[in-house]
Amino acid sequence: MKLIIAIIKPFKLDEVRDALTPLGVQGLTVSEVKGFGRQKGQTEIYRGAEYHVSFLPKVKIEVAVTSDIAEQVVEAIVKAAHTGKIGDGKIFILDIERAVRIRTGETDTDAL
Amino acid sequence: MTSFVRRTSRGALLALPALLAAAPAWAQDAVVNAGDTAWMLTSTALVLLMTVPGLALFYAGMVRKKNILATMMQSFFICALVSVVWMVAGYSIAFGNGNAWFGDLSRLFLAGIGTDWDKPFVLGAGSATPVATTIPESTFLMFQMTFAIITPALIAGAFADRMKFSALCIFIVAWSLLVYSPVAHWVWAPTGWIFALGAADFAGGTVVHINAGIAGLVCALVLGKRLGYGQENMAPFNLSLAVIGAALLWVGWFGFNAGSALTAGGRAGMAVLVTQIAAAGAVLSWTFAEWMLKGKPSVLGAISGAVAGLVAITPAAGFVLPGSALVIGLASGVICFWAATSLKHMLGYDDSLDAFGVHGVGGIVGALLTGVLAYGPLTADAANPDGVVVAGMGQFINQVIAVGATIAFSGVATYILLKIIDATIGLRVTEEEEREGLDVVLHGERMG
Repeated sequence: MKLIIAIIKPFKLDEVRDALTPLGVQGLTVSEVKGFGRQKGQTEIYRGAEYHVSFLPKVKIEVAVTSDIAEQVVEAIVKAAHTGKIGDGKIFILDIERAVRIRTGETDTDAL
Repeated sequence: MTSFVRRTSRGALLALPALLAAAPAWAQDAVVNAGDTAWMLTSTALVLLMTVPGLALFYAGMVRKKNILATMMQSFFICALVSVVWMVAGYSIAFGNGNAWFGDLSRLFLAGIGTDWDKPFVLGAGSATPVATTIPESTFLMFQMTFAIITPALIAGAFADRMKFSALCIFIVAWSLLVYSPVAHWVWAPTGWIFALGAADFAGGTVVHINAGIAGLVCALVLGKRLGYGQENMAPFNLSLAVIGAALLWVGWFGFNAGSALTAGGRAGMAVLVTQIAAAGAVLSWTFAEWMLKGKPSVLGAISGAVAGLVAITPAAGFVLPGSALVIGLASGVICFWAATSLKHMLGYDDSLDAFGVHGVGGIVGALLTGVLAYGPLTADAANPDGVVVAGMGQFINQVIAVGATIAFSGVATYILLKIIDATIGLRVTEEEEREGLDVVLHGERMG
């Protein structure tokens, strides 16, 4: 089992979600985060006080999948979240040691 | 609240009450004017709305998330505190006859308010220059209460994010009694010295805005800058609240300015018109100035411009025509933009929400321009066909004196009060508390 963590541009969320459904992905977790990589921040001005804000709003998707479809899922995210401009984001793939479905107690691949 | 007593060249005092000649004995048998009273009750509600929730939203929208509730609490609680203070002694000190500098305690705890409760109120009854009104005293004093409430609430903008609540409560009570009421007395009570001088302040350019603005500046200087000022990000958490607050202030200001006519008629009508024109003019000038100088027209700039214009037209509202109001609006928009951005950063004080930059400076601009732009016929009567408040060097000098006196007294008195409170219970929260945020530290609550 793999945990795929993808940091993407916020407006790409729906596109990514739509790309994952046909692959059999049945659930995912989304959080609103801030971050920066190579994309520069912006300058905000409030009554003459200038603030350079380097943290930009992003969306983090975490989806747990069986290892056999992990690569397809990563490719689908890359394709859906891509714009070609700086700030598109990154994907990290981690191994999942164990998984449990809380309602039924099913474990591992039965829990995904 | 109108104020236009003029010393004639022979030194005799002429009192010109709102549209009526002073006739105390006759007035006691008359009845209140329903239209005037209805308008004054409405104005009272409008002005109260300016503080709760107008100012509460305006200020809270500009602070960081961790201080939103505390900032709103300041406006809300000051409303309650000053209401009681005003009832107990504030009103009496402001509008009791007393002497030229201080009222009296004739209406301590509003004693005697039950007598003649339904008769038209005569302000300054028993003095040399009484002003007859057509409304009951309860309405007059309630209308004035809303002014007494908003003035200290404005000061809070200067010490946002760092003042202890206990210190705030004591400061507000003391300031209301010892600074607000006396200045109100000087300008609006018939026995007051600025009233006698003939300076024109229709709705409180000096009493409210310069007074609060200078007090705010002194607070900012005495309390010191916020932690991280100039380095950390202190961006407003929710400017949409500030926009809503500013809109409530704008609309409420019709009560503030036009209600100061004390009557429902041509005076109030013209005051509403010039108030709108000045506000609009200032929105445009602040916004365009910012657009040209900073690159983008900001929402914060537009709403700040509106408030600046409204502040500046406050002393002038009953004395100028729309053309002059436009001038006052355009001028105050640009000047207050400069004061809130450049001047503040140049001199380095941390007036967090620009109590001085907008209210102090705007009030000074408006009060002085009143002396330059006053249209005589608006204050003409049988004895003064050319008007009592007329643009000219004489009137301008009176304005300068009134402005100067307010600045000096407010500055010094506020400083003394702050120092006493600082020496006893301390004014500012600790560094750790400031970092944590006032909401949870002072009030045990969070915005989530």
